[in-house]
Amino acid sequence: MSTSLDGVALTVFIVLFAVVTGLGFYAARWRRRDLHSLDQWGLGGRSFGGWVTWFLLGGDLYTAYTFIAVPGAMYALGAVSGWFAVAYTILVWPIVFVLMPRLWSVAHRHGYATPADFVRGRFNSRGLALAVAFTGILALMPYIALQLVGIQSVLQVMGLGNGSSSFVKDLPLIIAFIILAAYTYTSGLRAPALIAFVKDGLIYIVILVAIIYIPIRLGGFGHIFAAVSAHAAVVNGKAAAAHKPPVFAVIPGPKTYWAYATLALGSAMALFMYPHAITGVLASKERETIRRNTAFLPLYSLALSLIALLGYMAIAAGIKTTNPRLAAPLLFRAMFPSWFAGVAYAAVAIGALVPAAIMSIAAANLFTRNIYREFFRRAATPTEEARVSKLVSLVVKFGALAFVLGMNTQNAINLQLLGGIWILQTFPAIAIGLFTRWMHRWALLVGWAAGMIYGTYTAYGVATPTVHHFAGSLAKIPGLGQTGYIALTALVLNLAVSVVLTIGLRLVARRTDGGPGPVGAADFTVDLGDPQVEPAIVP
Amino acid sequence: MVVNPAHAGGSPARSGVTPPSAYVIAGLVLALTGVGLLWVGIYSRLRPTLGGIPFFYWYSMLWVIVNAALQAIAYRLITRRRPSMSAAASASVSGGASR
Repeated sequence: MSTSLDGVALTVFIVLFAVVTGLGFYAARWRRRDLHSLDQWGLGGRSFGGWVTWFLLGGDLYTAYTFIAVPGAMYALGAVSGWFAVAYTILVWPIVFVLMPRLWSVAHRHGYATPADFVRGRFNSRGLALAVAFTGILALMPYIALQLVGIQSVLQVMGLGNGSSSFVKDLPLIIAFIILAAYTYTSGLRAPALIAFVKDGLIYIVILVAIIYIPIRLGGFGHIFAAVSAHAAVVNGKAAAAHKPPVFAVIPGPKTYWAYATLALGSAMALFMYPHAITGVLASKERETIRRNTAFLPLYSLALSLIALLGYMAIAAGIKTTNPRLAAPLLFRAMFPSWFAGVAYAAVAIGALVPAAIMSIAAANLFTRNIYREFFRRAATPTEEARVSKLVSLVVKFGALAFVLGMNTQNAINLQLLGGIWILQTFPAIAIGLFTRWMHRWALLVGWAAGMIYGTYTAYGVATPTVHHFAGSLAKIPGLGQTGYIALTALVLNLAVSVVLTIGLRLVARRTDGGPGPVGAADFTVDLGDPQVEPAIVP
Repeated sequence: MVVNPAHAGGSPARSGVTPPSAYVIAGLVLALTGVGLLWVGIYSRLRPTLGGIPFFYWYSMLWVIVNAALQAIAYRLITRRRPSMSAAASASVSGGASR
């Protein structure tokens, strides 16, 4: 792979990056209010309407995962590891449609800012809330790291970060991240919300051009898929000669149906358990915004499927790299004139910055509300909360940076799937908790622990010849003889433990839970304009 | 169950609440997407192709549109007593209160 510096692409990239940076700092003044409270800094004043919410929620989906990890997986492994993302991002919307309006209502009724706040109120349990908060922060780390990997990939293809010393190599990434950290610090959630407009505009332009122009240059989709089939035959032939299982799947074979379906379902169930996705939901100003939006959000899924095909186009274009996450950026470089390649790189990098900002804000909110205030400073004022959140958002981002610089990030899609294993273990407390408090808080806590330990241990044991631990997220499902997504297996274990223990605890203690929690049934359906639902929660 | 009288009794067009059966039907409609995409065996095939794209791929992409339609149906099912979609935001309590 040539690593010469592409001056034109780099100039376009820097100009676009500078525009976005300006916007990020300007965002502090957008719909200006006092930013010294958590609701203002961390939830944008809960004031976002349909449009902003659409972009903000889309920002949760369109990440470096979309542009780097998914095409990379398609390029290296084919349908099972890559294309499942299409099924996953479609399945997300019915789940959002069912769960999120209820979460919005109860959060606005009680001033909840995080999923752990809700669990605290619903189950009247500090321990369970702490578990949810801890899981959220833990699961966000690899996800933020994935965003950095995305930025790193485009910088590398542009010819940056190839210096001899590791400091020079990582310098561009560090600079990009300091800029991000600075405007997130000053503007809070308003920064990614405002930048999301630019980001999506750029991404749609790049997708439209890529999906029309590249197939024409490559001789149409028929030709692309023929090249992919030929490639699969070669790769799998080599694997067979070495007595190894096939590597590349053009379509899932019967042995991988379970893997494909569990990856899709597990990822879909996990996405809106992530604190940053919930942040996007809670920042909208009315309940119906969310439900109506889910009718239009699938546009993102359509775009994702087109982006996934970029991985196959890279195969057809003869892109050769041992680093799959470079497949899409290298394709842009091979196919586009320099200036437009610069636009595409900028779209990817900015597309990684927006979710990284939302994620670090969400992690910071979790820490502040559910760890700092809960266990250290019960009397924290809103100003103090905002101050702590701002500082923690910095800590989280630099933690993720350390993650990237220190870990093997070759198989970028695993970073997201690893977080999914952890975050899905909060599904019983959050999603099922939205409908019933039948399950006992201690049972939920033990179930959560069982799922976390099983999931982490199993993922730790997944190895490839080059990577010894955490090399993948698929493992044998015990008792079924099929390979499936570890997150879903762990969730089944989690649920089984929770249900059995709930029944047991009820028989022993004859009590359903720790007494009535503050959440009532009607709290799940209120909307803007109802009593005790303020348009914006003013400190 | 608290129903805000200002919304629930506001106009004849939106009087009454969505019956529980509507929620069940809406749930089943939404579940179709799960069946269509998770039952991999029914669509993991190469043919027929569409514009050079194998069946497996264009079938998956088609579900973006099918799912959007199903969600619109589910939305109408649980808000059908409302005068219009645009008024739904101000009147959602009447529909949501039955849950």
